[in-house]
Order: sequence, then C-alpha cells, then structure tokens
Amino acid sequence: MRFLKESKQFLVVAFIIYVILKALFVFGVASSYIQQIVQYAVIIALTSIGLNIIYGFTGQFSLGHAAFYGIGAYTSAYLTKVLGIDSLFSYIPVLMACSVISGLIGFLIGIPILKLKDDFLAIATLGFGTLVRVFFDNSDKISDVLGGSRGFVGIPKITNLELVLFFTLFIIVITRHMINSRFGLFWRCIKDDELAASSIGINTANMKLMAFTYGCMLAGFGGAFYANLYTFLHPSNFDILKSIDFLIIVIIGGMGNIVGTILASFIWVGFIEGLRIILPSEVLDIRWVVIPILLIFIMMWRPYGIMAKKTK
Amino acid sequence: MKVLEVINLEKSFGGVKAVDDVSFFIEQGETFGIIGPNGAGKTTLFNLISGIYTPDNGKIIFKGKDITGFMPYKLSHIGIARTFQNMRLFGSLTVLENILSAVLSKRPYNIFQAVFRTNGYTKGEKNAYNMARELIDFFGLNEKADYPANSLSYGEQRRLELARALATGPSLMLIDEPGAGMNPKEIGDLASMIKTIKDKFSVTIAIIEHQMNLIMNISDRIMAMDFGEVITTSTPQEVKKDKRVIEAYLGEELD
Amino acid sequence: MEQISYILQQVVNGIQLGAVYALIALGYTMVYGVLRLINFAHGDVFMLGAFVAYFLISKFGLPVYLVFILTMVSCALVGYVIEKVAYKPLRDAPKISLLITAVGVSLFLEYFLSLKALFTPNYIPFPKPFEIETYDLSFFVITNVQLLIFIITFISLFILYLLIYKTRYGIAMRAVSYDKETASLMGVGIDGIISFTFIIGASLAGVGGILYGIAYPQINVFMGIMPGIKSFIAAVLGGIGIIHGAVVGGLIIGLCEVFVSAFLSSTFRDGVIFIILFAVLLFRPMGIFGKRIEKV
Ligand SMILES: Nc1ncnc2c1ncn2[C@@H]1O[C@H](COP(=O)(O)OP(=O)(O)OP(=O)(O)O)[C@@H](O)[C@H]1O
Ligand SMILES: [Mg+2]
Repeated sequence: MRFLKESKQFLVVAFIIYVILKALFVFGVASSYIQQIVQYAVIIALTSIGLNIIYGFTGQFSLGHAAFYGIGAYTSAYLTKVLGIDSLFSYIPVLMACSVISGLIGFLIGIPILKLKDDFLAIATLGFGTLVRVFFDNSDKISDVLGGSRGFVGIPKITNLELVLFFTLFIIVITRHMINSRFGLFWRCIKDDELAASSIGINTANMKLMAFTYGCMLAGFGGAFYANLYTFLHPSNFDILKSIDFLIIVIIGGMGNIVGTILASFIWVGFIEGLRIILPSEVLDIRWVVIPILLIFIMMWRPYGIMAKKTK
Repeated sequence: MKVLEVINLEKSFGGVKAVDDVSFFIEQGETFGIIGPNGAGKTTLFNLISGIYTPDNGKIIFKGKDITGFMPYKLSHIGIARTFQNMRLFGSLTVLENILSAVLSKRPYNIFQAVFRTNGYTKGEKNAYNMARELIDFFGLNEKADYPANSLSYGEQRRLELARALATGPSLMLIDEPGAGMNPKEIGDLASMIKTIKDKFSVTIAIIEHQMNLIMNISDRIMAMDFGEVITTSTPQEVKKDKRVIEAYLGEELD
Repeated sequence: MEQISYILQQVVNGIQLGAVYALIALGYTMVYGVLRLINFAHGDVFMLGAFVAYFLISKFGLPVYLVFILTMVSCALVGYVIEKVAYKPLRDAPKISLLITAVGVSLFLEYFLSLKALFTPNYIPFPKPFEIETYDLSFFVITNVQLLIFIITFISLFILYLLIYKTRYGIAMRAVSYDKETASLMGVGIDGIISFTFIIGASLAGVGGILYGIAYPQINVFMGIMPGIKSFIAAVLGGIGIIHGAVVGGLIIGLCEVFVSAFLSSTFRDGVIFIILFAVLLFRPMGIFGKRIEKV
C-alpha cells in the first residue's frame, strides 16, 4: 500500500514490539500497572510529537502544551461520561471531537499569539496555559460534572493498548507524510529564518498556524486517551510543570526527530514511574533536582537535543 | 515595458529618512544598478520593494499592478525574488532542501495530497526535484547538494542564495551586494554569472553593489543614492562622471 | 460613604501588593534590557528572599534591619552565581536554549529547596518580626506592615535611582539596554554590567520576598512562580527594559488583582492578569512607555 510504504520499516519494528509486549501481558509477566504505564508512555509520545511539530520543527516555543492536552482530556471525559460511551466504535467520533476542539482552540489562540517570537511567545503560551488551568479549577461553576478543583471523577475506562498503539501509529504515519512534504520543509525553513522563508514565497503566518493547530490536535488525542485510561482528572495534571515535561521530552528526543521523541517518551515515563518502584519515597524527590541540572547541561552541550539529527 | 515603477517612495526610522521621495523605473530585461555610500538607503529600498517594510508614502507598481503593502510571500509568488546583503540561507537545511523549498512554495500540491501520497504529490515532488537539480548543476553545487548550507564556503553560500532566489521563478531579481567580500577574480566570475543568469532565465535584474568595476560592467543604467535620496539615474559612463556622485563618494575611488 | 472607604481600602491593599510586584519587575526588566532574556529563575530568587528571611528571623531572631541587609546580600550572591554558572556559558547560544536553561534553574531552585532535608513542599508560616498594629485613618485603615512596605519600597527605588543614574555601572547598564555598541565606549566591560544587573535585580527581589513574607505570612518553595510571572507581565505592561515602566506596571497589576478579588471573585484574579497580558502583547507590545521599533 502506497500509504504505508514510506513507514514500512518503522511499522514493522513497532509491530514486533507490540507482539512482544502483548506476549508479556498475556503470560502475566508484566503487571497491569506496567500495562498502564506502557499505554501512558504511548499517550505521552503522541502528545510530545505534537509539541515537536510546533517547537522542534517550526521553532515556535510553547510553554502551554499541557493546556491543549488538558482540553482534550476534559472534552473526552465530559463526552464519554455524559453520553455514556463504552464501545470502541462510538469512542472514535469522541476522539475526533476532542482533537478538533483542541485544534480549534489552538487555531484561534494561534492567530494572535504566533505573531510573537521566542520569549514573548513563551510568556503568552504560558499565560494561556494558566488561563486554562484557572478555567479547569472553576469548571464546576459551569457544570458540576466537571468537578472544578475537586477533580473530574468517574470517567469511563475505554483506552486499551491496541487502541492507543494502533491509533498512534496511524497518526505517526500521517505526521511523517506531512514532515516529508513541502509543509515539513517550510516548517524547518521558518525555524531557520522566518524572514528568508517569507521572501521565497512561504506564507509563514499560515504555516506556523498550521503547525501549531496540528500539534494541538495531537495533544487533544493524547489528552482524550489519558482521560479514558486513568478515569480521573485533576486541574493540576495540566499545569505549567506538565508543559515542561513535554518540553523536556522533545529536547531529549531531539528537535525534529519523531523516533527520538517516541524513545524519549518511554525513557521519561520509565524514569519517572520506574524510580517510583525502585527508590524509597524520601529519595524520590531528588528526581526533580537532577532533571533540571541535566536540562541545563543538555542546553550547554547539545542545544538541539540529545537525539537531534546530526548534520554532516 | 516597465517591469517595476517606484513613485515617491518614503520610509523613515525614528527621525532618519532612510528612503526619501525616491522615484525610478526598471525596463524589462535590463540590469539596473544601484550605488551609494553606506547608509544611503539602498537596502531599505529593496526591503520596501520586497514587502519587508511598508512604505510611509509612495507607490510601487509591478507589471502595471499596484503592489504597495503586499506581503513578502505574495510578492515572491508574483515574480519578485531577492537576496540579502548578509545572506539569509536556511543554515541547517541542505543545499538541495534550500532550493526545493523555494520551488515548492508555488503550491504544486495540497495537504491532503501530501498526507495520502496521491499522484499529485508524487508528480509535484518529482518536478520540483528535477528543477532544483538543474539549478544546483547550473551553480556548480552538485557535490554539495546534501550538505547543510552553513557548511558551505562563503562563495558557495552566495551562489546558493542566488540559486534559491531563481528557484522561485522570478521575473525580477533584487540582488543586494553579491560581491561583498570577494576578490577580483571572484568578482569577474560573478559578473559573467549574472549576465548568464539574465539570459538563461530571462529575468530583469536590480543590483546593489559597492564594487564599482562590477556594477559599471554589468549595468545598463545606474541609480546613485545618498541620504535616502536619488542623486542621479543614468548610464554607467554618465554616472561615473557625475559631480554629485563623486562628492557623495568623496575620498573613495570610482573605478 | 462606606462604598468609598471600601474602595480606598482596596487601593491601599492594591498598592501594597503592587509594590512587591514592582520590586520583582525591576529585576526582570533590567535583565531583559541587557540580555534580552526572560530570567525565569527571578521569581525563585524572590522566593529565596522570603526563605532566607524566615531562616534569619526564626532561627537567629535577628533585628529587622539586619534581616533586610543579609537577605539582600544572599540574594545578590545567588543572582550573581546563577548568571555566571547557567547563563554566561550560553551567551552566544540560540535564544530558546537560554530560555530553557532559565526554566531549568527555576525548577532546580524550587525542587532543591523542597527536599525534605531542607524545607518541604508544604506551606510554612512566616514568623512575625514585630506585632502588627492597625491605624484607623477614618476613611481606611493602614497597618504598620503596609507602612513598612511603602517605606522600604520607596527607599529601594531611591537607592536604585542613585545606582543606575549616578554610578558608572548603572549608566553603562542603561546604555547597553539602549544600544549595545555605545556601552563598550564607556570603559565598562559587558561582563561587569551583566553581573551588576543581576546583583541589583536579585537584591530587589530579595526585598520583595521579605515584604511578601511579612504581609502574606505563608511561604512555600513554589510561591515565586505566580508573583514572578505577574511581575514579568508588569514589566511588559510598563514597557520591557524601561525602569519606571516596571514600577508603574507593578502597581497597576497589583491594583487590578486586588480589585478583581474584591469586586468579582478571587478565583478570577490570575485570569484577569493574563487577559491584560494578551491585550498588551496584541495591541501595544512595546508597553505603556515603550516606543515602537521595527526589526529585520
Ligand atoms: N530597521 C531599521 N531600524 C532603524 N534604522 C534603520 C533600519 N534599517 C535601516 N535603517 C537606517 O536607514 C538608513 C539606511 O540604511 P540602509 O541599510 O538602507 O543603507 P544601505 O544604503 O543599504 O547601506 P550599506 O551600503 O551599508 O548597506 C541607515 O541610516 C540605517 O541606519
Ligand atoms: Mg545595504
């Protein structure tokens, strides 16, 4: 099939990994906790790929990615709970709705703020993230189901390994097609030199908006899966620190590197969750002392990320 | 036929009038030289024509159409290309990608064709690739095609920028100081290259240059500027003799 | 009548909060002026100021003036070290790398201090350095804490004025903010100017931290995040890089926040501040006192 041709290698590897994982789960080697972690890592990968499009490819520094992830999560939580959705079949339209809503909000907010650059864009996206957080905290004033600062409870559990994995693979194939087309090329042009990009005929405002909207749509998918995996949401799951998580993953995975982002997501989730099993809780807090130091070192030695594609 | 007509153009920065009531026209097929001491407003003029700045006053007419205030990408689409005084390549992209991006900016296929890899996509990519290869060949960058632009030598980067501008398929090229930092031999090569470009791609050229032998050699007409104003527009021979031009360049040697 | 005195009371409270924001905003605006960097760790230096003061008061019981001096010195030192260790090696790096490093420094300070061996992630009550007294001025009441804040802020601003208008470093700093080239003509090295800027900015944030601790006596390692961001917004509102802009911006943000809490609901106060940010960025990105610039 032509659609899958370019990603054949990638898909074969992904499928082998799936079979191995499934075998481990079926034969009970891996606990259900690990199964959940694996699904979570895929969700994080999907969402981080969204940020990589925005920041890694297009150079638009966003500190508000968790807000779009949160919008997807709350939308899905609300729809699945209120509509009483429990079958995979009826879940797909909900997923689409979540993505469209995240993307639409990203689009609308992107029109004004993508005119800003670097640090001002950072502050604006951070501001948007905080606004969304304030909204979630007060959401019970709109509808009691949303739970406000108490959190959103009783979300149907729908997400499963096959669904999240195969859906993510499908998205990755599409994403790769965009990246390996003129659109991906334009994004990279904009990152290198926006003015030069416009002088060779690239509508930079549109292309930035497209990257931002698409990245937010992926976050919307990720958030939806997250809501229906853990069945509980709290506004604090979607604050600035969560946005920084995604940023760190993109930096570890390398700007503009999709496979790197996937690996980094697994490393990250494995590291954060894995240490929880190994280390006693008193030592656990050290993680967040070490991570910033690592981040600073990465910026000094490999400013485009650990797994950034090396140029000749 | 006039390709470009600039009428009473004005642009100030703070108190400085960078371009002050400038009017001129460029004929189809000619090479139009622009000279003037540092800070005369030459680059600002190009920035106005290519849409990077919007003028405070005045009009810009391209092929009979008022293009004042158009966005840069739009101007590229209707046939105005430019290079930059201090070069603005896509440093991390390869030579091939630099040129491809310019070719592909002309909407050969849409997002759905890209996502679903339809025939339209394949055809668009293939045409663009062939065209880019031709340009790479013409500018002698074959061996460097897969190297990132920022790894090229200075002279190669200059050529790549010309190639990228041509890749947009322009009818008017604005070239800002292509000879800066080149030795006499390279200047000679550049002169013949610009002449070849003009014939082979049938473009009209406006060129800013401080290297007098280069600009006198290739230009059909030359406009001299100082303090944002036009001093004179005439043939190279006339301009060379013009008293006001010599005054503006006081201390510098002409020719 | 009652309504008027209620409003006046809110004005006093707003200026109290705004003064603290102004002290923090000055550091943001000065650092942005010389480095074009949003120093995300600046809010944490403010937090550090509160913690150092907490330590000095509760463990050593030092008198208030010593608390101020020692806290300022400690914060100045921290500001100096942050710049030298984290930012200086990246001076020629892409702008976003520097920004991410700033975020890293910020996270480090917060989580390092929240370790159980040091402090905790929880709120700690800030000790009272003196008994709080309230003076009734018939239209509104004012506390000695508020008076202290006004006086200290005023003194700080006066000293700042002397430093940046009357010393060679200060003049050079303003020259750098305005134009990189002319500053090098003044015979002051750029490294010196940057260090000077961080030291002044950090000590002001330290003062802000103590005052905040005294006025809102609950401190926490994450307490710097929101005031930090709001102070940055104040700096943008006043015109980033402009000293008096930071003060005016800080006061406006403080007043807005208090008024929204008083007349709408305190849950909306952060939201309103960010709406102000969006409005400024979209309609007047150069801020109240800034001039429009065109860049290529
Ligand atoms: N973005 C800007 N902001 C402020 N002033 C500017 C800007 N661009 C140009 N100027 C000023 O406008 C005037 C003309 O500059 P311009 O770059 O057009 O000169 P030029 O003729 O190209 O000089 P050179 O030969 O050195 O390239 C100069 O005084 C310059 O300082
Ligand atoms: Mg110039």
